[in-house]
Amino acid sequence: MAKFNMSLNKVDMPMQDPIARGKNFEEVALGYTYEMAKEEANRCLECKNPACVNGCPVKIDIPGFIKEIKNDNINGAYSVIAKTSNLPSICGRVCPQESQCEAKCVRAIKGEAVGIGRLERFVADNATEMSVELKEKNGIKVAVVGSGPAGLTCAGDLSKLGYDVTVFEALHTEGGVLVYGIPEFRLPKAIVKSEVKKLESYGVKFECNVVIGKTLNVEDLFDMGYKAIFIGSGAGLPNFMNIPGEAYKGVYSANEFLTRSNLMKAYKNSATPIMKGKTVAVVGGGNVAMDAARTALRLGADNVKVIYRRSMNELPARHEEIENAIEEGIEFNVLTNPVEITAHLNKEDPRDPMNGFVKSIICIKMELGEPDSEGRRRPIAVENSEFEIPVDVVIMSIGTSPNPLIKDTTSGLEVNKRGGIIVTEEGKTSLDGVYAGGDAVTGASTVISAMGAGKTAAKAIDEYLNK
Amino acid sequence: MYKILKKQSLNSTVTLMEIEAPLVAKKAEPGQFIILRVDDEGERVPLTIADFDRVRGTITIIFQIVGATTFALNQKNEGEYIRDFVGPLGKATELDGLKDVCIVGGGVGCAIAFPIVKKLSESGANVTSIIGFRTKDLVILEDEFKKYSNKCFVYTDDGSYGEKGNVCVPLTNMFNEGKKFDKVISIGPLVMMKFVTMATKPTGIPCDVSMNPIMIDGTGMCGGCRLTLIRDGKRITKFACVDGPDFNAYEVDFDEAMVRGATYKNFERQAYEESCNLKKMGENFNG
Repeated sequence: MAKFNMSLNKVDMPMQDPIARGKNFEEVALGYTYEMAKEEANRCLECKNPACVNGCPVKIDIPGFIKEIKNDNINGAYSVIAKTSNLPSICGRVCPQESQCEAKCVRAIKGEAVGIGRLERFVADNATEMSVELKEKNGIKVAVVGSGPAGLTCAGDLSKLGYDVTVFEALHTEGGVLVYGIPEFRLPKAIVKSEVKKLESYGVKFECNVVIGKTLNVEDLFDMGYKAIFIGSGAGLPNFMNIPGEAYKGVYSANEFLTRSNLMKAYKNSATPIMKGKTVAVVGGGNVAMDAARTALRLGADNVKVIYRRSMNELPARHEEIENAIEEGIEFNVLTNPVEITAHLNKEDPRDPMNGFVKSIICIKMELGEPDSEGRRRPIAVENSEFEIPVDVVIMSIGTSPNPLIKDTTSGLEVNKRGGIIVTEEGKTSLDGVYAGGDAVTGASTVISAMGAGKTAAKAIDEYLNK
Repeated sequence: MYKILKKQSLNSTVTLMEIEAPLVAKKAEPGQFIILRVDDEGERVPLTIADFDRVRGTITIIFQIVGATTFALNQKNEGEYIRDFVGPLGKATELDGLKDVCIVGGGVGCAIAFPIVKKLSESGANVTSIIGFRTKDLVILEDEFKKYSNKCFVYTDDGSYGEKGNVCVPLTNMFNEGKKFDKVISIGPLVMMKFVTMATKPTGIPCDVSMNPIMIDGTGMCGGCRLTLIRDGKRITKFACVDGPDFNAYEVDFDEAMVRGATYKNFERQAYEESCNLKKMGENFNG
């Protein structure tokens, strides 16, 4: 009997129909069935020196958990993952596996890599018993600032080690970017909620509506008896292009647009309003831009255009998300850069209700020049190539700058010139007992790299407290 | 959950509430704001802190019933709870070293101006207050302003109470008489702040305004509260939640702020009317 499944391709992920899903907020990828998972698991060759593990920021024993799936032991597979990862149902959905574990998979040399992310999600969604090894409580208090991916990971690891962990969250609900940023159709909120509940079952406490840097500062936390602090406060203020017209009604940052839809549930006609444009332009090409574009579509737009200054090859978003967006009918206007946003202005009637609402976005054509310091070809404007696109909503998705609240109220906490907290490889800041990780350190990055940083810091905090 | 310890109607559309929020009260300073959510499905609404009591652990808010959320908030009674209450957010108003200050408050903006007047008075500064309202029925906090001000002018647009006219009248009169202040601080509707700024500018007296734009998180994440300052001819984007809410009045692009502030006007009116209809139905049911 052939031991391995030698198919060159992954077992297809069942997906919602592209046309139907463009009109709802249900999850796009539906998850493997038991049979599909078994079939895909059998593509893993159980390498002696598994390269995939090195590609994983939290070093999950990938062949180990896949082996358990082969053995029909889903709960066992969960235990293997849970040794190193606290949030498998989230990672399985939003990790860029194609550039991490799966990029290293030996099967990818000829054909497609093993669908590690899909299998991880299958295990997390189907395990019925989630036994986790918890050390005896040691009574030592640790504070975690922010309940996004970095904070949740750090809190999970420290509580498993026996620490008395409290997570402080500025918003009214836990999850950080997993809740306000990533849309329901990519990561259902119920999954974030259940991961939070799981941490609570380990003994982690969550305090919402507490803004560290305002309600309490870092010094207060030490005074309250916390022996170490992890700062995972996330990315901060959205960047704008500083072009004319960015203040008109109908211009959003991606953060605001997504927060209104996701956190405040504007997509369900909640008390929070959102402008549901008919023609929407999303400026930028990252994962957040894809989320904003696909959200605008689901809110009822007839046409959504992603405007990106480089070419399709340079789009920084995950390949899978770009493919999903194209399938759903999102239009890509690449080698294009906005220069101005115009608004309706009825000179005869200053009280015209349309006055000040976005009317169009004026763009210029770009071409690619020499590579820049990061090796990406620099976009250069083509002279006299301006053209106008009629739109009624513009969403700026061109990155964020670190949040100033903690830096401004914590003397001695060193930050770089962009405002990101400076840390050592272990996640230690310039202050004794204070650690940091995630977007607060790196600026806008991925969920898994934030989880990796939370994990690294948890280890360092444990060592620091055992000195 | 945050308990409502006191509720008092200041006039037909303005309500005062004292909320139990000890952590917020411990740090609150004049000029800062809070964000609240009435219930699980509610929106996040920023309200400036009208007063605080560190000993009792309370924050006072004063709000005008303008939309569905403030309507829902006003339906809550003493002893009941509101879902979320976070703060103190934004930077405190800078009052250090000020000895002679003119505070100009308009409408419900007086609620924000009041803790500033109180703090200045307690620090021994000479305080001149000008408070303006549309009409007699909307006058709030008159006694409080009078108690803590060396001089207090009350104006109504229609002359139904106090002097007739807008707040710029007494301000300009004082300037014409040669009166100087260390600073003018203006808090109220955008259009009022714009005119106070224009009236003060020729005197060269520094002028601050408190901006109250659309906001969601209030912690420097969403960027909804952005406004433009014009400094040395350059346009600079600032965020009211972390850079403000106070700004140098001479730099603020008021016209742009007025356009942005009206983004959801129609939505809000509709939501409010819907909630009013519900209320009417309730009244009918109750006979």
